[in-house]
Amino acid sequence: MSTRMFGAPVKRNADAKFLKGEGAYVDDIALPGVRHAAFVRSPFARARINGIDTSEAEAHPGVIAVYTCDNIGPLDIKMPLLIPHESMTDAQTQRPLARDDVYYVGQTVAMIVAVDRYTAEDAALLVDVDYEPLDVELDLEAAVKDDAPLVHATHPNNVAADFNQICGDPQSGYAEADHVTRIQIQVDRSTSAAMECRAVAARYDEITGELIVWDTTQAPISVRGGLASILELDEDKVRVVAPDVGGGFGQKVLLFYPDELLVPFAAMQLGSPVKYIEDRRENFIGSTQERTQIHMIELHARKNGEVVALKDFFLHDTGAFIPYGIAVAQVASTSIAGPYRIPNIEVRFQAVYTPTVPVTPYRGCGRPQSCFAIERAMDQLAEELGLDRFEVRRRNLVTEDEFPLVREGLLFADGLRVSLDSGQYHKALEMVHASIGADDFAARQEAARAEGRYLGLGLAYYVEGTGLGPYEGGHIKIHPITGKVYVNTGLSGQGQGHETVFAQIVADQLGVAVEDVILTEGDTGAYDWGVATFASRAAVVSGNAIHKTALLVRKQTITAAANMLEADPEEIELRDGAAWIIGGNRNVPLAAIATATNPLRYAFNDAAQAATQFAPASRHDGPPLDEGQHPGLEATDYYSPECATWAYGVHAAIVEIDPDTCSVEIQKYVCIHDCGNMINPVIVDGQVMGGLAQGFGGALMERIEYDQDGNPTNANFVDFLIPYATEVPEVDIQHLETPSPLNPLGVKGVGEAGCIAVGATVASGVADALKPFGDHKFHHTPITPSMIYDAISTG
Amino acid sequence: MKPSLFDYCSPQTVSEVVSALSEDPGAMILAGGQSLVPAMNLRLASPTRLVDIKNVADLSDISISDGVIKVGAMVRHRDLELDDTVHAAHPLIREMMHYVAHVPIRNRGTVVGSLCHADAAAEMPLLLLLAGGTVTAVGPNGTRDIAAAEFFQFHMTTSRAPDEMILHANIPVLPEGAGYAFHEFARRQGDYAIAAVGAILSVDGGNTVTSARVGACGIASTPVLLNRVEEAITGSTLTKQSIDDAAKVAGDAVTLPDDMHATTGYRKHLLSGLVRRVLAEAAERATGEPVQ
Repeated sequence: MSTRMFGAPVKRNADAKFLKGEGAYVDDIALPGVRHAAFVRSPFARARINGIDTSEAEAHPGVIAVYTCDNIGPLDIKMPLLIPHESMTDAQTQRPLARDDVYYVGQTVAMIVAVDRYTAEDAALLVDVDYEPLDVELDLEAAVKDDAPLVHATHPNNVAADFNQICGDPQSGYAEADHVTRIQIQVDRSTSAAMECRAVAARYDEITGELIVWDTTQAPISVRGGLASILELDEDKVRVVAPDVGGGFGQKVLLFYPDELLVPFAAMQLGSPVKYIEDRRENFIGSTQERTQIHMIELHARKNGEVVALKDFFLHDTGAFIPYGIAVAQVASTSIAGPYRIPNIEVRFQAVYTPTVPVTPYRGCGRPQSCFAIERAMDQLAEELGLDRFEVRRRNLVTEDEFPLVREGLLFADGLRVSLDSGQYHKALEMVHASIGADDFAARQEAARAEGRYLGLGLAYYVEGTGLGPYEGGHIKIHPITGKVYVNTGLSGQGQGHETVFAQIVADQLGVAVEDVILTEGDTGAYDWGVATFASRAAVVSGNAIHKTALLVRKQTITAAANMLEADPEEIELRDGAAWIIGGNRNVPLAAIATATNPLRYAFNDAAQAATQFAPASRHDGPPLDEGQHPGLEATDYYSPECATWAYGVHAAIVEIDPDTCSVEIQKYVCIHDCGNMINPVIVDGQVMGGLAQGFGGALMERIEYDQDGNPTNANFVDFLIPYATEVPEVDIQHLETPSPLNPLGVKGVGEAGCIAVGATVASGVADALKPFGDHKFHHTPITPSMIYDAISTG
Repeated sequence: MKPSLFDYCSPQTVSEVVSALSEDPGAMILAGGQSLVPAMNLRLASPTRLVDIKNVADLSDISISDGVIKVGAMVRHRDLELDDTVHAAHPLIREMMHYVAHVPIRNRGTVVGSLCHADAAAEMPLLLLLAGGTVTAVGPNGTRDIAAAEFFQFHMTTSRAPDEMILHANIPVLPEGAGYAFHEFARRQGDYAIAAVGAILSVDGGNTVTSARVGACGIASTPVLLNRVEEAITGSTLTKQSIDDAAKVAGDAVTLPDDMHATTGYRKHLLSGLVRRVLAEAAERATGEPVQ
């Protein structure tokens, strides 16, 4: 056998292209005669539209068309509610172009199509919209009060959804407890800030009737389905391609953004290609965001620290609309008990409309918030009971013999039960304890304080349900001429490294080099069964689908090779791009097998000629293709998980607070991480580190700011602070590999993991460091220098 | 984020630049473009004409004579920062320039452009003020020198007339034997300062301060000299205590209201802390030994 590729630190095989600037993003697709779109966007957080005058814009030289809600035909609709749920009534979604009302600054009101983007932006300024501004309330807690101005008149108290879930018997848990810890925490709003903003281009071919749409989407198959449905086209006449995409992080899952409908519509109507390349400001005010939640969490515990019941109520800011349903809040609510046994849980949330950019999942999807709530509460419980923070966690962590730990009554975002399936929670805690140097930290902290230096130790644990269904598919075909292996799956990549890890999975089964496995994803013209890239699911769902498919193709290949080599299948091994007689040197290359398995074979080339030297690939006692047999080496299979598989990890940090600058220096940061079997440790490290970097942003810097009128005040990269490389500390990332029992590859998702526990870890460290200044909790992120100053100056 | 329509011209001489500015009140000079071009893309600035000065002769010169460093209008930040003669004449310059944005921006941005942009949190305006420098302006009526304190009027506003061009900045060299230091705090490396402090101290043989210039940016609508700190430290013997006492009076210089990056209370606290650090480091450089 050749060396196993699964688990090997194979270099990412697409990097050269990206590093040399040879990627092809939507804006790089050459479309002769392309027209450019720009939008007129609402300058008010909430207003009534009394009229729109487009005459001056239409007369502007270079303008091709001006669209408002009145001339977009089938698109003058409320856009789809992607995930309906019983907890919502009359869920509100946005219209592609506003009709009568606007609900947030940035909402699309009109679209200009012009000869270039400059002209389109000039013309957008000429559209005269008569707005009548209405009252707004931006504060989440105030928005649910009885006298608050309403975002939607249909929804009293601005409540979009109200949902209560119960696991076990909370009432008896409360009765059993000796002690209650209660805290309120808040996490503020951030944004994905992918390097590439969103983009859509479309071309309609009147001869073939085919509409091609290039879209930065994470969900091309779903965009295709929705477009075909809304525009009343056959699905096979609509091709959606997600080309190279510069980061997604969830923001590019939502369908539809107005431009995703309007640009294809305009291309069909105008008879010329149209494209819309979102700029950074538009990304800040027009593309979805996440994170604001306020939790009131209670831990009901025995004196020894064992938590017997958890009660949580939280407000979830869903922005002006709720197109993605309650997914974010539901993930937060079902993750609230973290890695702890806690048998009795009562968790309720209200999703609240605010006159702001709509909220959909951003890497982490509610988990950073629930992790922050439970972990800050665990610290508080430890303090109130006089226990060490590690010890209080030891007393509650699920042990290995307790798996699977099912939280009956809690339904995860996939509508399936929450079942912590596997892990080594205690071992991970001891690893982080040792690596961070917890044993002698108290002495170091004491010594530093004597010098006027403030060190703190932070700690937080997290779990992450990954790999949600419903399914993905894999399609594999071995090319008859080159013997290269072509692989398709339905979801799409945004830089994760799918083309490398999926190739590794296939290479192992077919005995080919990783670089000879070529992945095409995100193109409905190549393969069109599947769901999308979200919920840390690509490796789990597509990975296993591709693995299952590779097993089928392996079997076909061995059967055909055995016939050609006149041997038994058991005598055949696949390695080095060929099938070999085990222990001998007789072999037949995959290209020849692929050629020979097609009964029609002209001797186009050497591989085909070589194929004729062998016995036929199929037995000669029937027609060239047996009943049920197909030509070539090719298969399709699917993987549909029974429920999410739960990854986990624990972070610890040593932080130092500079009392002059009130800044946080992270001196040491340890991340223990378990995503099951790792397909490629280099890519896992990259995913975890990328998540950590976004986590540091959320912990210390990133906050979308609105003024009291609902105007975004930092919708740019000068004032919205994303950490540079200089602000991201070194992290000691260590792995455990507990195979998932739920899928053939034993893998769990890793895409979101890194970011989840960072806010809680940093806050835990800062609070510990500033104990000498009094009882400051740091129950709110991001933690700013001004917040630290307030703690120091009032201590 | 595309600019509105503008004309462009690329004159060869200073007098052509001045004419172009005089002809069109909406004209603006394009030098490094590191602030102007983003502002145009955001349509925060909409010049009717860009007067690109990159082809005007001799504007990229750096020279030192009569104790003054002359920095031409097209001198890029990076060129001044890496100039060893300048470094020998005024080591504070290189130290401050490390904080000006990031290297790729310093490669294109110009020193005089930064002075004319006059962001109240930027380092170069503070340098000019701290060093007691001037700029030389040329307009239809000839040339004039404008002292830093007069030049910086408000955040992003200078006393340059619309038809004037700043030919060069004039930065006096560091006084012989003086100590100097600069400290800045921003939430990310290379960002505009939440507060930054620079100091130039001269001392006599008994470690008594004979003259002090202490200035800050990021705290008011222009860079400012911290006069109360200067008064407190001048004439005193450098000790940890005298430095602490001087630092304590710094906070009052903060006139900015709360903003999204800092409350006023925090900014005052930060300013005092930076003043203490800067005075201690400048004192050590002036006296050759750590302050006791």
